[in-house]
Amino acid sequence: MRKKTAMIAVAALSIVVPVALQQVNDYLLHVVIMIGIFSVLSLSLNVIIGYAGQFALGHAAFYGIGAYAAALLMLHFDLSFWIALPASAVIAGLAGFLLGSPVIRLKGDYLGIVTLGFGEIVRLIFVGWVDVTRGPMGLPGIPAPSLFGFTFSGKLEFYYLILLLVLVTYFVINRLVHSGVGLSLLAIREDETLAQSIGIRPNKYKLLAFTVGGFFAGAAGAFWASYISYVSPDAFRYLDSVNILAMVILGGAASLPGSILGAVILVAAPEILRYVSDYRMILLGLAIVLMMIFKPSGFWGEKHRRRNFYGNVRKGESK
Amino acid sequence: MFLQQLTNGLTVGMIYALIALGYTMVYGILKIVNFAHGDIFMIGSFLGLFFMQEFHLPLYLAFLLSAAVTAVLGVLIERLAYRPLRMADRIVPLISALGVSTLLVSLAQKLWGTEMHPFPTAFGSRTYTLGSITFSEIQILILVLSFILMLALQLFVTRTKTGTAMRATSMSLTNAALMGINTNRMISLAFAIGSALASCAGIMVGIYYNAVYPTMGYMAGINAFTAAVLGGIGNIPGAMLGGVLLGLVETLGGAYISTQYKSVISFSILILVLLIRPSGILGSKDINKV
Repeated sequence: MRKKTAMIAVAALSIVVPVALQQVNDYLLHVVIMIGIFSVLSLSLNVIIGYAGQFALGHAAFYGIGAYAAALLMLHFDLSFWIALPASAVIAGLAGFLLGSPVIRLKGDYLGIVTLGFGEIVRLIFVGWVDVTRGPMGLPGIPAPSLFGFTFSGKLEFYYLILLLVLVTYFVINRLVHSGVGLSLLAIREDETLAQSIGIRPNKYKLLAFTVGGFFAGAAGAFWASYISYVSPDAFRYLDSVNILAMVILGGAASLPGSILGAVILVAAPEILRYVSDYRMILLGLAIVLMMIFKPSGFWGEKHRRRNFYGNVRKGESK
Repeated sequence: MFLQQLTNGLTVGMIYALIALGYTMVYGILKIVNFAHGDIFMIGSFLGLFFMQEFHLPLYLAFLLSAAVTAVLGVLIERLAYRPLRMADRIVPLISALGVSTLLVSLAQKLWGTEMHPFPTAFGSRTYTLGSITFSEIQILILVLSFILMLALQLFVTRTKTGTAMRATSMSLTNAALMGINTNRMISLAFAIGSALASCAGIMVGIYYNAVYPTMGYMAGINAFTAAVLGGIGNIPGAMLGGVLLGLVETLGGAYISTQYKSVISFSILILVLLIRPSGILGSKDINKV
C-alpha cells in the first residue's frame, strides 16, 4: 500500500515538477532530460553488468551507434523519428549481438578491455569514415520528432518523450529480469558452471543480455540525436562509458531503481557542485573510490550483499 | 624508408614496454588491471616538466625526482584505493581504479590546465645518420635509457633476494606469505617500480612529441596494456617483448596502411590476442580465468 502511494507520488511529481522547473530556468529542464537519457543508458547497461555479470566497458558505443543510425536514417532516408528510433535501436541491438558473439567467452577484466577496445574502434570509425559521418564535424540538422503535424520543439515536449522512453525501458527490463530469463541470468552471474549443470546455456543468455543492452542504449542514442539535433563523435568517448558504468555501480548493480538513482546523482552532481567547479571532477573521482571502499553494493543495491557481487571469496584465489 | 620506420617503431615500442611493465607487475601479483597506471605516466610527465621549468633542474635530476614522487604516488594509490578492497570481488577495485584515474586527470587539469604544454627540451634537434637511418638525440636517449632500465629490472628480479621474493609473491600470494615474505611490501614495491618506470616513460614521451597534456595517459595506457597482454600479462620479459612488437606493428601499419586507423590496429591486435591466445606470447598456459 505504501509502495503504491509512493509510486503515485513519484508519477505526479514527474509530470508536474518539470512544468515548474521550466518556469525557473530552461537549463534545469535540460538537466532533467539528460538524467532521463542516462537513466535509459544505465538501465540497459545494468542488464549486462548487474544481471548477467558481464563487465562491459564500451556502452557508449551502442549509444553512439543508435545516435548515428537515427541521424543517418532521418537525414538521408527521410524517415520519421517514430520509425528511426526503433530502427536504430534494432541496429544497436544487432551491434550488441555481433560484439557479444565472439567476446562472451571472455571474463572479468579481459572482457572489460575488449569491450573498451570495441567502443574506441566504433568512435574511431565515426571520426574516420568521413564520407558517411562527416568525421569530427558531425552531422547537423537532425529533425525533431513530429506527430500529426505537432512538432516536439520545446524542452518540455522532449521531457515527456524521454519520460515515456524511460518508463518503457524500465517496464520491459523489469519484466525481463523478473522472469525465468532473469533468473537464468542471475544463475550465470553467480556460477556459470553450476548454471550449465542445470541446463542453462550461458552463451545464449549472455548474448541476450548484450542484445537487450545494446537495443535500449541505441534507443537512448536516437532520442539524443533528435533532441540535440546534432551528432558528433565527441559524445561517445571512453569516459562516457565509464560514466554510465559508474551510474550502475553507484546506484547498485542488479537494481533498476538504483540505475535511475545513479543517473540522477551523476548527472546532477556536477551541476550542483558547480560552485566548486574546478574541483568537481576531482570530487567525483574521490567519491567513486570511497564508495567502493565503504559501500560497494551501491546506494540502492541488493540488500544481502555486503562486499561483492559473486560471493565471499575472490574468484582468482579460491581455485 | 623501411629501416627508418623500424627505428621509429622500436622507439615507440620501448616506451610501451616501460609502461607495460607496470601493468604486468601489478597484475602478476594482485590480478587486477591498474586502470590508473596510464595516468600515473601522465603525472610523471607533468612532474618532469614542472621540475625543469620551475626549478631549472637538469634533465637527469628531473628524471630522478619525478620517478621518486610518482613511486610514492603509486604506493599511496595502492594503500588508499586498492588495499582496502583486496578481499572484494574483482570488479570493485577495477571501478575504484577508474575513480583514481578520473581523480588524477582532473587534478592535472586543475593544476596545469587542459592545454598542451611544450617540453623545454634539453636537446637540440641534432640528428645522427647511420646508413639510411636518421636518429634524433631523443630517440637515442629513449632507446638507451629504456634498455638500461629494463635490463636493471630484469637483473633485479632474477638476481636479488627481493626480486626473487617478488616473483614468489606473484606466483602465489598465500604461499609467499607462508614462506615469510612480507607480501604487502612486495605489492608496494611493484607499484613503486611500475610507477617510476612509467614516469621515466612519461618524460621521454613528453620530449619526443614535445607535448604534455592531462589526457595523454589514456591512449598510452591502453597501448601499454595491449603490449602487456600481447606478451603475456604477468610476465616481465613478455611485457618488454609485447611493447616492442606493438610499437613496430603500429608504426609500420601507420606508415603503410593508414595513419588514421593506427589505434584501430592496436585495438584489433588486442582483441585478436585475447580471443585466440589469451595467455599471450610468453604467458603460461594455466590462465583459464580468461
